[in-house]
Amino acid sequence: MKKQEHLELFRQMVMIRRVEERAAELYQQGKIGGFLHLYIGQEAVSTGLAAARKPQDRLITAYRDHGVAINAGISPEQVIAELLGKATGTSKGKGGSMHMADTEKNFWGGHAIVGAHLPIAAGLALGDQYKGEDGITICMFGDGATNIGYFHEGVNLSKVWNLPVLWVCENNRYGMGTTVERASAVSEIRQKAEGYGIPNERVDGMDVLEVKQAAEKALAKIRAGEGPYFLEIMTYRFQGHSMGDPERYRESEEIKKWQENDPIGVYHKYLIENKKATGKELDEIEAQVEKDVAAAVEFAENSPEPAPEALFEDIFVEEY
Amino acid sequence: MAVITVRQAISDALREEMERDENVFLLGEEIGVWGGTYAVTRGFYDQFGEKRVRDTPIAETAIIGAAIGAAMTGLRPVAELMTINFAFSAMDHIVNEAPKLHYMFGGQFKVPMVIRTVGGGGRQLGATHSQTPDAIFAHFPGLVVIAPGTPEDAKGLLKAAIRSDDPVLFIEHSTLYQWRGEVPDGDYTVPIGKSKIQRPGKDVTLVTYSKMLQKSLQAADELAKEGIDVEVVDLRTLRPLDMDPVLESFKKTNRAVVVEEGWKSFGVGSEVVSRMYEEAFDYADAPIKRVAQKEVPLPYNQKLEQMALPQVADIIQAVKEVR
Repeated sequence: MKKQEHLELFRQMVMIRRVEERAAELYQQGKIGGFLHLYIGQEAVSTGLAAARKPQDRLITAYRDHGVAINAGISPEQVIAELLGKATGTSKGKGGSMHMADTEKNFWGGHAIVGAHLPIAAGLALGDQYKGEDGITICMFGDGATNIGYFHEGVNLSKVWNLPVLWVCENNRYGMGTTVERASAVSEIRQKAEGYGIPNERVDGMDVLEVKQAAEKALAKIRAGEGPYFLEIMTYRFQGHSMGDPERYRESEEIKKWQENDPIGVYHKYLIENKKATGKELDEIEAQVEKDVAAAVEFAENSPEPAPEALFEDIFVEEY
Repeated sequence: MAVITVRQAISDALREEMERDENVFLLGEEIGVWGGTYAVTRGFYDQFGEKRVRDTPIAETAIIGAAIGAAMTGLRPVAELMTINFAFSAMDHIVNEAPKLHYMFGGQFKVPMVIRTVGGGGRQLGATHSQTPDAIFAHFPGLVVIAPGTPEDAKGLLKAAIRSDDPVLFIEHSTLYQWRGEVPDGDYTVPIGKSKIQRPGKDVTLVTYSKMLQKSLQAADELAKEGIDVEVVDLRTLRPLDMDPVLESFKKTNRAVVVEEGWKSFGVGSEVVSRMYEEAFDYADAPIKRVAQKEVPLPYNQKLEQMALPQVADIIQAVKEVR
């Protein structure tokens, strides 16, 4: 990997962290409505995946989607504007935190019903297969989604039709407040892929390079026509499920232990120790991200609300 | 003008659209090798091959979810749900994904998908396989709901549905496939969201759709013998609902009956009658009546089942009551 690539991965992870921190503040100030699910702690997962993809590869995820949006190349301006419900947001202020997308950047959302986007992802992959294009659909979901029927129908179909999908389970140990052990018949989620005859691997999700390498290997196999592949990426969210989560289901000791493995800290250490970057260079990136996020918040706050006419726009494509 | 069955009309529409546009393909349970449980797609597998006529697992969520995703990439899937009773297994994708994606992402996504399915009772299939739950699906903004009653409309509306960039639920009726009627020659479409006067008359307005169009026309013929001239308005599309021909007819006759096969409570008739009162209250010379299914889960026994379903005699009686 070239130095610039390393620095870019680092920048993206820091960008996600800072955007999420500002989002939490804006939420507490009452400027963001609805639910807000932060990606803090899981940055290495989407960053590693996005770095492994080619431009023709589609990304689709669940409701914890701000990080993926940034990795896909959506500006922090658009992300924060969507959080504030502004017309300049990714979805013109009509989707909110859980519904960001940008088809130009091959980011297909942002889907808020647990597991429901898995069969849709199979359909995206079918689109590429049908047209003979070599794009792959990278579909991310949480461990909690693997207990719902959508998961099983979507994953089964992908194998039956040999669809170009990379299934990525972000195992952050909890579906809301329920541990994997209390909700899933098997605590090693990759075993479920085994049941459908899909090659699979468990990966350390606190190490961005490990995620990237595992994804590259999987994508190469899929692109070679070998059918779907399944990654279980072990990660952890440092914040609650969403804002206002009382977190009665886990001990602060557990959170602290995972925070010692902060994916940004881990990568920072790696870059310095392996002389991929200097401390000064990384500090400069952090300072620039701070500035960019501040500018993004300013942009979003100064952006217009959707016009009243927007209420009735885009219900149907056609006029009847 | 050829005379063909509803089954043939739907089959022809699918075949012609598939021949016209590479991006149109079919997916569903037993549509390929089997030829379709209602024989609508018989011969398609041999003509178009397994890429475009895709047998699926018995997994409604996978069928509709995959159709949505494929549609988002620009394909034009026609997904078949063997019956509308199985649509409940895919409810989230039908009402909570497909109709929301265009709006919720600021117009970025399009879902040019058709879901073909079959509703209706009268075949002694028991309560879980005999429903007419059309009104439920018509509740959601963003989902087009079509339920044709004639071969001409079935063919023309299905073609329009496939060419539309919106998600469409296309509801056929299980006892209507053998119904015959004239169909225009060559390629044609019927506009979505337009009600139609299927039989002109001046005394009473009968508003209906799908299978109940057939029964309403039969009732109208009977009533004509008694000198009552009934105008039959066919809704054809439930969403977007076109009330213009209904209101125009009602303003002329001042008397109306709404006939549907589903249950009366919270049904299509509830909606249509409400709108008639909202927009043309002063024109009513008698309270508008509704004919609908008895409020029971449909029983297996043939006599009981027919007792529960709206019959021609029920329609005739209702017309005489508003007359």
